[in-house]
Amino acid sequence: MSETIQFHYDVDGENFTSAGEASVQIKQKLRQLGFTPDIIRRVSIAMYEGEINMVIHAGGGVADVFVDPESIKIILEDHGPGISDISLAMQEGFSTATDTVRSLGFGAGMGLPNMKRYTDSMEIDSELGKGTKITMVVNVPI
Amino acid sequence: MTVNKAIEALSLEVVNLSDGDRNIQSGYSGDLLSWVMARATNGSAWITIMSNVNIIAVASLLDLSCIILSENAEISEELRNLAIQKNINLLRSEKNSFQLSFELGKLL
Repeated sequence: MSETIQFHYDVDGENFTSAGEASVQIKQKLRQLGFTPDIIRRVSIAMYEGEINMVIHAGGGVADVFVDPESIKIILEDHGPGISDISLAMQEGFSTATDTVRSLGFGAGMGLPNMKRYTDSMEIDSELGKGTKITMVVNVPI
Repeated sequence: MTVNKAIEALSLEVVNLSDGDRNIQSGYSGDLLSWVMARATNGSAWITIMSNVNIIAVASLLDLSCIILSENAEISEELRNLAIQKNINLLRSEKNSFQLSFELGKLL
């Protein structure tokens, strides 16, 4: 693998059952491409959390993953309500999820912190009423 | 210890068994999916009362050796089918998470 490979997924916002499907597929692709378990784990966690966030808060969105030997870039984009206070949203334990969502085991306020913890860089562009774009990069040690 | 041996030793109910020879390397107990996602390690047996379908994605992403549902948590057909489809060992017990963790911990 010398060139960047791109994967595109539509994340269905209506379907909690299939939430995580894109992450599971990416994990399989990365395994086939021979990435180490640590890299695969980090990408899986970050992408899963992002995917779940789009389902919970934004009615779905799109995920694009760019894979090359040096790094894996994940771009998640939605047209949801946006994040009003990003620094608050980044705090562990802070969540705006509904009780229904919490009863499913989500909404612990760990999503964004996990995404930051398991990636080498994370940028959040969010505009109220327009949507959110999150760009995460996991560097691959050579 | 293999999943098969844990089933026998802990008298677990088998909901789906895709790989009974899978080794249980460790254990993790918890019900908040993001917390489990961040902390449970590859090969662990995951003990939880959470039985919605999203647990299958967590187990799949983390390569967990099995999920053990405690306190006879309800199992939907959708959950059972997804476990089969994704090759996730899914087990169940009437014991609570503490008892299962204690008993499994002694065996590992």
